[in-house]
Amino acid sequence: MSTLGIVMLVHTAFRRAEQVARHWANAGCPVVIHVDKAVPSAAYDHFAGKLADLPGVTLGPRYRCEWGTWGIVAASQAASQLLLDQHPEVRHVYLTSGSCLPLRPVGELIEYLNARPDTDFIESATTADVPWTVGGLEAERFTLHFPFSWRKRRALFDNFVALQRRLRVRRKIPEGLVPHMGSQWWCLTRDTLSAILNDPKRSQYDTYFRRVWIPDESYFQTMARVHAKKVESRSLTLSKFDIQGKPHVFYDDHLQLLRRSDCFVARKIWPKADGLYRAFLTDPDRALKRTEPNPGKIDRIFTRAVDRRTRGRPGLYMASRYPNHGWEHGITAWPYSVFQGFDDLFENFGGWLNRTAGARVHGHLFARDRVHFAGDADTFNGAMTDNAKLRDANPKAFLTNVIWNTRGERQCILFSPRDRQAVLHDMVRDPNAQISVISGAWAVPLFKSNANFGDIRKRAALLQKIENEALQLLQAHHVQARVRIWSLAEFIEAPLEPLQAIIEEIAHLPDNRLREAPHMTDLAGFGPFLQRLKNEGMHPYLMGDFPAEARTASAGDRPRKPYLVKKS
Amino acid sequence: MSLRQSYRLRLQRRRLLIRAFRKRRQLRPVTNRTGKIRRGDILLFATMRNEAVRLPYFLKYYRDLGVSHFLLVDNDSTDRTLQFLSNQQDVSVWHTRAGYKKSRFGMDWMNHLLRVYGDGHWCLTVDPDELFVYPFCDTRPLSALTDWLDASAVRSFGTMLLDMYPKGKLNAHKYEAGDNPVDIAAWFDPGNYLLRRNDLMWNLWIQGGPRARVFFADQPDKAPALNKIPLVKWDRRYAYVSSTHNMLPRGLNLVYEQAGGEKASGVLLHTKFLNTFNKKAKEELTRKQHYSGSQEYLAYAHMVKENPDLWCSHSEKYINWRQLEILGLMSKGNWA
Repeated sequence: MSTLGIVMLVHTAFRRAEQVARHWANAGCPVVIHVDKAVPSAAYDHFAGKLADLPGVTLGPRYRCEWGTWGIVAASQAASQLLLDQHPEVRHVYLTSGSCLPLRPVGELIEYLNARPDTDFIESATTADVPWTVGGLEAERFTLHFPFSWRKRRALFDNFVALQRRLRVRRKIPEGLVPHMGSQWWCLTRDTLSAILNDPKRSQYDTYFRRVWIPDESYFQTMARVHAKKVESRSLTLSKFDIQGKPHVFYDDHLQLLRRSDCFVARKIWPKADGLYRAFLTDPDRALKRTEPNPGKIDRIFTRAVDRRTRGRPGLYMASRYPNHGWEHGITAWPYSVFQGFDDLFENFGGWLNRTAGARVHGHLFARDRVHFAGDADTFNGAMTDNAKLRDANPKAFLTNVIWNTRGERQCILFSPRDRQAVLHDMVRDPNAQISVISGAWAVPLFKSNANFGDIRKRAALLQKIENEALQLLQAHHVQARVRIWSLAEFIEAPLEPLQAIIEEIAHLPDNRLREAPHMTDLAGFGPFLQRLKNEGMHPYLMGDFPAEARTASAGDRPRKPYLVKKS
Repeated sequence: MSLRQSYRLRLQRRRLLIRAFRKRRQLRPVTNRTGKIRRGDILLFATMRNEAVRLPYFLKYYRDLGVSHFLLVDNDSTDRTLQFLSNQQDVSVWHTRAGYKKSRFGMDWMNHLLRVYGDGHWCLTVDPDELFVYPFCDTRPLSALTDWLDASAVRSFGTMLLDMYPKGKLNAHKYEAGDNPVDIAAWFDPGNYLLRRNDLMWNLWIQGGPRARVFFADQPDKAPALNKIPLVKWDRRYAYVSSTHNMLPRGLNLVYEQAGGEKASGVLLHTKFLNTFNKKAKEELTRKQHYSGSQEYLAYAHMVKENPDLWCSHSEKYINWRQLEILGLMSKGNWA
């Protein structure tokens, strides 16, 4: 007989449990199986009958094992005792469950343990140091009473915890014990295990742990710290937990992952994962053909799963992700830039931006007539269309879709008080948005237009009102977007500096400087135009101070001072 | 306010269940094999009319996923639907001549059958042109998903209806019985969906896709809803309200995460747009048995005349569920 003994806790999927027990027994390991008392006797008898041909397999005394209660510890104690008594040759006892699956040949495990005859493999850490637990019961699981079932009487459980907190109940931890916690699947030496089971104060300890919350994660972990000669604080069983605190389940498609995990035993295996059971149990020769171990990969996959469940993909709105206002973790998926007023001031600003920043430059995505996608296309990534009604039905969704569909590439959007404004409310909350505004620039196209001055005056009043509201929104305290605002007058004083600052955020510039400046439209006569609006009783104030006559007249005569940086 | 609201919804749920119970007389059992249903079986419920050509693939698809029994209502088909279904050993079928519209588009019949046979089972309620896709569906049977949902204490599983369409005219490819419809209707819109929340029923309201793009561009609010909750661990107190878009009690509609994460979800591949569509649209127009005064079908009929090609240069060709997950149309959630 082997020096490794197996204790197996079973409550369901008996066919699989039998298969695994047979696997251990065939390798010469004695097995003691505990079957939950809640299992109907018919099923139990059937299971027992199936195992009758295996002399090395014994069924231990049965306890009621409800999750989080003492029963599981009692069952492990009794089964271990039985195993140690019946099989004096056993040096290590491995606690497993019915849904555990040995991944490497049993011989390798025995060899591994024989090389470490005095080592106890049991994950065991103090509560202060690890934030493992779900539900906020960390240190408290050792200092409160838990007489009610968490599964069946949740309200009572929660209320009783709350009551004890209010009454400041603190159970006394038995002297000499330092509470430790860890995975319940351990592998202990005969010496340690018998010392725990035969401890003179065992009845006192047992009484204490009977009312501890989830004692199967702390009883042996704490006791091993008292008795073990050499604790290796890790479990030989690969077991990953999700955010609900339940173990991740392995399926057939995890086969390669498990092959490369380098672990001796894995749990929890889906009972119907025929492929896994076939691969790891029935063909020991093939299992020996080991591929390069890559144990980190399982970790990464399950960490990603938890991350997806808790944070999700920012900027994605779909059938199973619809964050409440303020819970988005970023409203959109990728940084983007919004330019207001630039295309009014500069000729072919979009073309220049495209050349300089290398980003995708759209026209006015929120224009009233239609969506002006880059290149004036009528459909866009994601099969979005240029239809303004579809867009206006849900402007936020339109924006998030554009950014989601092009994630990985910065989008530049032209904006103006002439456009639909609703989307601004979401943009200002978005840390991905870089919004640059030249206020009052909307007046330039009016100044250039040949329309009736009465109409121009009306239009100017309207646009000024809209832009003023937008500016208030952009300057509100809750703004998370990167916002820059210049008045038109301020901007044309030194246009290159602000442009450089904006572009630097978007693209990497060689030598950190702009090679080319956009061509500014001719503003000769703009000052008098504004004065004329004033004279008509409409005071344009968003563009800053423009001299009414003098300078503009002379500026019209000679070429404007070049503002391009010297070529180096 | 919220107390009154939940009381009102309770009454509504009661009314739906009573309505379903009264409509039971409209259903005449043709073959009732429900005695074969075992504990833990996954059941499928559907209403259909003249779907003989789709049924062979439909049944095969869901059998392969692990559906154990089909409970189907035949709404007075004039083709071989009823005869075909009666010969299937895992199908129970009921026949009715009553109006589809009057039974709230079949949902009264579905609610009744679900209440009688679905209690305690995981139940899929789909249309014959809908194929259910969930994470890992190429490697894990449906019972892997339902076992996991059980272990996670989740009662309902959300999906989005994804309209599939061929490249070119609808009648360019002929669909034959037994074919995979996705081989023909292989394209879909990857990223033009609009979401909103229904504050009373708590379900999401999703619109978009090719129907919104082509048929409803000028009245986007009228575009068909694409949110569906087809997979539910049924309880006799539950009731579907409007198609499988939402249900009561309304907590079952919370199939989406609200604090930023993603729950696991799937997609229903909607293979309505085949060469069979033209005929169906015409028939439904005369029967006037469809949703919102057949407005949807009116829009279709108009477009059908104009030779529709739903395909556009940004359409995406279907590969597998992983593609849909990367595009963000479904999610693995924390199932790994």
